[in-house]
Amino acid sequence: MAAKNTLDLSMNKYADVPYEEKERLFEEMKADHRWNHVLYGCYECGICVAACPSARFYDFSPRVIAQAAAREDVDLVYTLMNDSVWDCSQCFSCDRCPRQNSPGQIITVMREVAVKNGLKTAKEALEGYGRIIYKIMSTGTQVSPDMLQPNAFPDWGGHVKDISDNLDVWRKALPPETLHTTETGWQITDKTIIELYLIWHMTGVMKLIEGVDEGLFMILVDVMEERLEEAGYDNISFD
Amino acid sequence: MIHLPIVKAVDRKFEANPEEAPKEDIREAVLQLEKEGEWEVSRVPEPYMEVKTKYGRSKKIPVQKTWHHKSCGQCGHIPGYSTSIFWLNRAFGLDYHDPTDQTSCTAWNYYASATSNPEAQAAVAMRNFAAAAETGYFPIIHCGTSFGHYKEVRHALVHQPELRRKVKKILEKLGKKLVMPEEIVHYSEWVLAMRNRIAERQVLDMSMITATVHPACHYHKLVEDDAVYDSEIYGAQRTAIITSTLQALGIKVGDYSTWYDCCGFGFRHILVSRDFSRSFSVQRKIEVMMEEVNPDITVTHDTGCVTTLDQSQFAGKAHGKKVGLPVLSDSQIAALAMGAHPYKVLQMHWHNTDNTRFLEKLGIDHAKMWAEFEAEADKIRRGEKQFLTWEDAAK
Ligand code: SF4
Ligand code: SF4
Repeated sequence: MAAKNTLDLSMNKYADVPYEEKERLFEEMKADHRWNHVLYGCYECGICVAACPSARFYDFSPRVIAQAAAREDVDLVYTLMNDSVWDCSQCFSCDRCPRQNSPGQIITVMREVAVKNGLKTAKEALEGYGRIIYKIMSTGTQVSPDMLQPNAFPDWGGHVKDISDNLDVWRKALPPETLHTTETGWQITDKTIIELYLIWHMTGVMKLIEGVDEGLFMILVDVMEERLEEAGYDNISFD
Repeated sequence: MIHLPIVKAVDRKFEANPEEAPKEDIREAVLQLEKEGEWEVSRVPEPYMEVKTKYGRSKKIPVQKTWHHKSCGQCGHIPGYSTSIFWLNRAFGLDYHDPTDQTSCTAWNYYASATSNPEAQAAVAMRNFAAAAETGYFPIIHCGTSFGHYKEVRHALVHQPELRRKVKKILEKLGKKLVMPEEIVHYSEWVLAMRNRIAERQVLDMSMITATVHPACHYHKLVEDDAVYDSEIYGAQRTAIITSTLQALGIKVGDYSTWYDCCGFGFRHILVSRDFSRSFSVQRKIEVMMEEVNPDITVTHDTGCVTTLDQSQFAGKAHGKKVGLPVLSDSQIAALAMGAHPYKVLQMHWHNTDNTRFLEKLGIDHAKMWAEFEAEADKIRRGEKQFLTWEDAAK
């Protein structure tokens, strides 16, 4: 399994980003209520790396991330937040850390800060991902049968074409009545989806999307507003 | 890759003592918060079954009155997975509810893109739990990631009064109560707890089958204390999930050196960086299983694992890798053992890797079975029938 790109830890790459900005983002990470439960220090033992699938494939190390965070190395954390965190598989194999850290969850927090602050690298990492976010936020199921198209999964072979060619019939040939759908994983009531929209609004997720992908945000707002209005929610406050 | 000799994990049995557990029993805190009026706790319907978890604690598993929290990846792309779970419930005549008032846990997206936050994730979870409680049925979670994620949410809600307050307020706006289930139960725990009843109803001899098992990361690594362990299985040195079920059905389970490795799913990787998923899955899992065990099948219990291990083999084959190992869920294997139709129920045509040799070894005439499925599909194509029903599936 060959490593892809070498991670540039020289600190030159983001030398033009003011230290104060990097520090601000680091403070935001530390302010997350999970922080004190996912990082207790680091022995630098590498046990997390031994269990880490991404470390086998990428120039990626949960040890380096935990270490940098534990030492409060603001510059290094900023570099990793940009160039490393998106390689993580979020499998949490690293939860076997003897220091009781969860490097995977440190990364979850770092990703969230990167997305919330609209970092260019976060936007790039999410490129091509918009349709997935759209699906989950607008329909309540993340993947749907109609996503199985040969052009989307060329590396899965001819069987994807078989499925897409027969999709309608094969869905109807499923005994559970809730599974006859093609655009959602299962049949979901309108009321359920509306409740989900309200959750996205009330928890600030819509604002987050606006910061990271404005086009997607506008489409989502259109779809949701129409549905919310139909259901009589036109004047709801989301505070 | 260097292959190390496998040191058998069965040499010593570990009997865990719950009194010596190194972690809190979060369920006690859940009940305490109910006493303090913070939330309601929905109880596992009686009579229930019991299994032991990592530190020797008992976990209640409902027999019936279950509210099936479906998985988007299972229902969307490998629908025989969920169909088999429902088929098993029906075969035992159990009362269950397949809700339409259910959203995905949305954790796949959260782990992939971070375009959400803990408050939203907790609200989505608690909306689903409230919807379950309204029906009087008890949630049983089909997806390994939803299962792990909901346990993380439970932990956060127990330990963060502020988060609890916010989520409660959101649910109030939706006209819903804050209800935490007494246990968070994965369907594979139900299959495991039912294994002897399944074996009693077994019609297909599976003793000639050798399997490998892949336990899902989010099942036994995330909130690790809540996974099922059994001193009779691997001496309780690792989770008993799936293995226990397969052994009850007479299947030999072969051990392999990378059992702890993840499948390569990666959440975002399977969607937008599949070079990683394919390489990892083929080289660290499938090839190792083939070289060390050469099994007839590999069995797992999560959406992402079935998908990644199965779909990645096509590219592996193109690269001349040692692949060709069918992948099924424990629910599909259990249903097959009890006589479920491989296409009408297990829906094996949605899987990628050729599974006909596995069926042949079991003495199943797959060509005939496929023709039976096709005959039903043709009726749907011609408009002679709308759907394939449970009654059709039983024929
Ligand atoms: S994070 Fe934990 S496992 Fe990884 S190097 Fe540090 S102490 Fe070791
Ligand atoms: S969660 Fe990320 S860092 Fe941890 S083991 Fe998995 S891939 Fe590696």
